[in-house]
Amino acid sequence: MITRWIDRHIKWVFPLPAVIFILLMMAFPIAYTLYVSLTEWSMSAVTPPKFVGLDNYVEMLTADTRFWKSVWRTFYFTGLAMLLETFLGVGLALLLNRDFPGKNLLKTLFLLPMVATPVAIGMVWLLMFEPTIGFMNYFLGIFGIPPQPWLASEAAALPSLVLVDVWQWTPMIALIVLAGLVSLPTDPFEAAEVDGASPVQVLWHITLPMLRPTIGVAVILRAIDALKTFDIIYAMTQGGPNYATETLNLYGYTLGFSYFQLGSASSLLVIFFAVVMGVVIFLNRARKGVTA
Amino acid sequence: MAGEGTDIHHGGFQKMKRFQRTLALGLAVLTIAAVALTGCGGTKTEEPKTEAPKTDAAQPAAPEKKPFEGVTIRFLASQHPWTDTIKKEIPKFEAMTGMKVNMEAIAENQLTQKLTVELTSGAGTVDVFAQRPLQEAKLFEKNGWYADLNTFVKDAKKTPADYDINDFFKGPMEVETVNGKLVGIPLVTEQQIIYYRKDLFEQKSVKVPTNMAELEEAAKKLHDPDNGMVGIVMRGQGNPAVTQFSSFLYSFGGEFIKDGKFVIDSPEAIKAFTFYGNLLGKYGPQGVLNMSWPQAAGIFAQGKAAMWLDANSLYLNVTDPSKSQVGDKVGFALFPAGDKGSLPYSVTSWGLSIAASSKNQEAAWEFVKWATSKEMTILTQSAGNPSARASAWNSADGTKAWPKEWVDVAKKSGEIGKPADRPLVINVGKARDLVGEVLTAAINGQDVTGIAKEKNQALNEMLAEENK
Repeated sequence: MITRWIDRHIKWVFPLPAVIFILLMMAFPIAYTLYVSLTEWSMSAVTPPKFVGLDNYVEMLTADTRFWKSVWRTFYFTGLAMLLETFLGVGLALLLNRDFPGKNLLKTLFLLPMVATPVAIGMVWLLMFEPTIGFMNYFLGIFGIPPQPWLASEAAALPSLVLVDVWQWTPMIALIVLAGLVSLPTDPFEAAEVDGASPVQVLWHITLPMLRPTIGVAVILRAIDALKTFDIIYAMTQGGPNYATETLNLYGYTLGFSYFQLGSASSLLVIFFAVVMGVVIFLNRARKGVTA
Repeated sequence: MAGEGTDIHHGGFQKMKRFQRTLALGLAVLTIAAVALTGCGGTKTEEPKTEAPKTDAAQPAAPEKKPFEGVTIRFLASQHPWTDTIKKEIPKFEAMTGMKVNMEAIAENQLTQKLTVELTSGAGTVDVFAQRPLQEAKLFEKNGWYADLNTFVKDAKKTPADYDINDFFKGPMEVETVNGKLVGIPLVTEQQIIYYRKDLFEQKSVKVPTNMAELEEAAKKLHDPDNGMVGIVMRGQGNPAVTQFSSFLYSFGGEFIKDGKFVIDSPEAIKAFTFYGNLLGKYGPQGVLNMSWPQAAGIFAQGKAAMWLDANSLYLNVTDPSKSQVGDKVGFALFPAGDKGSLPYSVTSWGLSIAASSKNQEAAWEFVKWATSKEMTILTQSAGNPSARASAWNSADGTKAWPKEWVDVAKKSGEIGKPADRPLVINVGKARDLVGEVLTAAINGQDVTGIAKEKNQALNEMLAEENK
């Protein structure tokens, strides 16, 4: 009986574990976050969540200056990091695509930052950025540049974090672009050579246009990650000084685990979810527009 | 290359099938091996158990069954020297009671989150936990996470007289009591003191400061940034700095909360903010805005600062030769007096609590009682963890870990100190952030009057929300 039933519905039975997993581990948390975002709750075991409708959203979008500043910082961080990483990553990939002695060693070295643990990286950079005893100011001092406050100044903290992100994630862009470079057809290059195109012309009119879809994918993957960056910021500044590095993710964390305002934290996360979705859809459209 | 290509075309499919079969076989063997291994592990751990009654019978000294045989409790502790000391003693406790204690030591911020998540679920996964009463007691009690320890302490059957609950200092016990409920037993206390470089003070014949004017004077005289030395270092990162600022606030005559309202915009408070910001901004190191105690301690330990004002419990970070280059040159002094005299905080930084959702509360109390007993307190204090028990402070053994100077300052600070180093509200995290913003402005050299007013209003709105 049962085996017959299973046989008949085999196409449902096989994906079932995966479906259950997704429902439990993804759909349920999202739905629950949506529900909590409509309530006021401090995780109390004795006072249950109080339903407040859209109050959390209204307050966040209209009255909370910290929220809007953190939205701006999230985009600033992502934008600046993406720009630098794409530029350097493509450059790095073009460099590594040539043949020169020690190339493989160099490739390995460039990939190392990517495999390191972000929190550990944060700790090390924190020491390097230390204005009095850190390496960065010592290094600048060699060239006679006065010491910088790095993470300790409101103006320089976020760019300093971008620097760390660029250091860690440029290799990822380089890796994807390098894979794209290797798989490019050779005929156009041969044709260009026959036509006597200069290396700059080849790069600008052939290599880069053909690489655009690959770069697009790399940018999307990296942008999603950069928007969600939490580990290095938390390890290095906890959103400070004076909230100068508080991105959406950090603010959500503070609301939830420091202020215990679970309702506000959830509504922020729902908004954040929408923001990430929006960016992905936008970038995807832009990419398709390019390839079409 | 070509050989491989043809291979795939002709014999590849057969090869693939063979490979799949080998793979399946390999996996099966692995699975069996894994099962067999875990099976072996199981029998191995069981061995001592089956043997145990035999040895018991052979030794008539311990014939009766241990009181908590077979009970397992889970203890979430913080990463703290106290935890390191008690960890070594737990096997003895287990041998004595037959209980099994599963201890996990977690860094303090992560501990709060872990507790929050596990206690919210109410599944009884946590029995005993370490908590920071000033930071968490009100919220945790509001959320119904604490078992009332009075039910154990006041029961003579569960707590023998020699436990002596009255031996604990009053201040810490008050802090651990919320709405008449005893929510924890105080473990570790601390006070704010001055750490200073004896050698530098002597060289430049500077007087060890006893009041705020002298403190500024000393910082000014010893400030020599061109030669890599700053006059003073303290916490400058908004939220963490609030606790160290509290002693300044009290000593200048201010309060966080007075008659149920925040008053951090009072003239006294403004004076304290301005003094703290001015001192640290003018005679402090670069980059103080991102400094909590580890960074500040690091600068002092590297010999780059003449003074450091912070909790006395952190002294090992600057005196231990493996962490500090100036270990033998550190002096300790009482917090300097302001307009209202010297009023450093003297607080209970950690306490031990039992979860309301614990299913082994009796066993949990047995553990808490043992860990906070007179004997264990002397032991943990002798390892350098200032306790809240008078008996430990009066015993020679209990104070042997510290230089005499340190003990004198600690005792004196304990007598005159204030029991809280932060605003006692439910949402301490948010309150600290808001006070921290004023502090940041002060360190940046801005006029704090306006921002103090603004933040005070925000704090009062928060308080009104909490009391609703």
